[in-house]
Amino acid sequence: MADEFLLQVGGVSKAFGGVQAITNLSFRLFKGEILGVIGPNGSGKTTLVNLITGFVRPDSGKVFYKARNITGLQPHKIANLGLTRTFQIARPYDSLPAFKNLIVPLNSPRVRRTRGGKLGDIEAVAIDMLEEVGFERDARVPYKTAGSLPLGYLKRLELARCIALKPDIIICDEIFSGLSMSEITSMIPFLEKLHLEGITMMMIEHRLRELFRLTDRVMVMNFGEKIAEGMPQEVIENKEVRKAYLGTETS
Amino acid sequence: MLTGDRRKKRLDRSIKVRTEGLYAVSSWGEMVYLIAPRFVLIVGLFTLPLVLDMYWQRVLCSAGIYALLALGFDFLAEFVGLVCLGGAFFVGVGGYISGLLNAYYGWPPLLSIPVASVAGAVISTLILLPCLRLRGIYFAIVSFMFPLFAVYIIVALGVFGSTEGISALATFPNIWIEQYLILVAVILSLFGIRRLVSEDIGVIFQGIKDNDQAVKASGINITAYRTKAVFITALIGCFGGAYLSHLYGWLGLSLFAMDFSIMPIAAAVMGGMGSLVGPVLGAFILTPLSEALRGFGQLRVVLYSLILIGFIVYKPEGLMNYLQRKYHQFELWEKV
Ligand SMILES: Nc1ncnc2c1ncn2[C@@H]1O[C@H](COP(=O)(O)OP(=O)(O)O)[C@@H](O)[C@H]1O
Ligand SMILES: [Mg+2]
Repeated sequence: MADEFLLQVGGVSKAFGGVQAITNLSFRLFKGEILGVIGPNGSGKTTLVNLITGFVRPDSGKVFYKARNITGLQPHKIANLGLTRTFQIARPYDSLPAFKNLIVPLNSPRVRRTRGGKLGDIEAVAIDMLEEVGFERDARVPYKTAGSLPLGYLKRLELARCIALKPDIIICDEIFSGLSMSEITSMIPFLEKLHLEGITMMMIEHRLRELFRLTDRVMVMNFGEKIAEGMPQEVIENKEVRKAYLGTETS
Repeated sequence: MLTGDRRKKRLDRSIKVRTEGLYAVSSWGEMVYLIAPRFVLIVGLFTLPLVLDMYWQRVLCSAGIYALLALGFDFLAEFVGLVCLGGAFFVGVGGYISGLLNAYYGWPPLLSIPVASVAGAVISTLILLPCLRLRGIYFAIVSFMFPLFAVYIIVALGVFGSTEGISALATFPNIWIEQYLILVAVILSLFGIRRLVSEDIGVIFQGIKDNDQAVKASGINITAYRTKAVFITALIGCFGGAYLSHLYGWLGLSLFAMDFSIMPIAAAVMGGMGSLVGPVLGAFILTPLSEALRGFGQLRVVLYSLILIGFIVYKPEGLMNYLQRKYHQFELWEKV
């Protein structure tokens, strides 16, 4: 990984009423890396994702993506630039069959542009995509309404929505949370595959052991501030991190 | 005796399930089964003008206008997630534009109606545009208030005939055009919107209703899509209004009457929200009913409300969803 970075967050701050969710936070996301982000609940991780992807406007600071200032851009415009995110609490279209959930991103300007306006058999594309993220092909699962699917599938659907946009960056907000050990184990190779295909990732996680299998750089947040950044091992041994996040337990 | 030893069993006629999106119809029987309801609806509606007298023909026309509004209400509420109480606004804007084009410039109805439908839809959509980001009840309230504003503005400025309105507008060349214009518009709008909601754009509308944040994250501009949906609804509503002004050859403040915002909701609830055809049928049942109850004076409203409450409490799915379920299922008693 050269020093080429895709995303640069420069001194962003955000307060909700009296709560300072993010305080003067800066970091870079390098092309091709998987950056881990950890920190206790309420430390501002989700807010950071919202700030980067346009769902929340920062009070101050700037976000640059591919050397372009995207601060304050609307979420759909940012998604169309290839900067995508999953939601911590899955957001399926409950009344639509799982595969039709993907019809929405497949109709985005970004996808239409790359496909030259022609989508072909869009439903077949959607079903292939679901298979890619781990839906069984012949089973009826892709045709079931998303509202009736268990969490494991919904998390995969979150990923599929990002992948449908042929993204450059995927930011995963606790994609493992609520999943069983075996579900996580089956998802990891898929994330590795995306990484190999050249997608840059930022993974917010509480499951450290699984996270450290994927990432080689970690950023730690506490009370909206970055308190450490570096290789997993050195971060884990950092005193402040132990006090704020890991407690006495060593994962 | 009846308890315990038998229970009701429901079976779906599998053909409906199979044909969803596939159209693998294999026999005449199945074909008839699928087409019959549409056939009955269209033929039934188109026969009505032939058997009704003058008075009831007029009632049929207003039922058609209410049907368009109820259809638009159902589409926006159930398929896009916008509760829009702006029926009166659409009727008023469409009616005034068409009427004024006729009164001031002498345009014939068959020209002024289409122009007023499109122009009215553009104007209504532009006016509602700033409110589109409001959610749930707020959009409903704002859309409900616009007709009131319009009335105050017309009276305060003393324009467009002010409180008197403008009479002696051109009416339709003959009774058949008058009758079939509105019925064809209802059928076309119904099947057009049904088609629309099954296409990709309909899937996106449904996505916006289910989870607008996820649609944004999918790179889709939700305001643009909501605008399209409102335009479609405004288009058929404004057509209804434009048609109405030439039906009676008159335009005036009552084109903005609250009935046009409220009656369609009653029709939609009665007919079955989310079925599109239900609200249309609801309008064709409720409008004549409310005519027939005219003799009861104020009591009419009470009877009317009772019917509505009855439906909400006892058959909240509405007539059409109930009938469709019955049509697509066998029911039989089974011994246990
Ligand atoms: N939309 C919001 N309105 C008000 N407070 C919020 C909002 N979003 C987040 N917060 C607050 O900001 C802080 C950080 O929350 P969050 O970013 O969700 O943390 P994390 O994802 O690390 O658990 C919390 O105190 C939370 O209550
Ligand atoms: Mg969070």
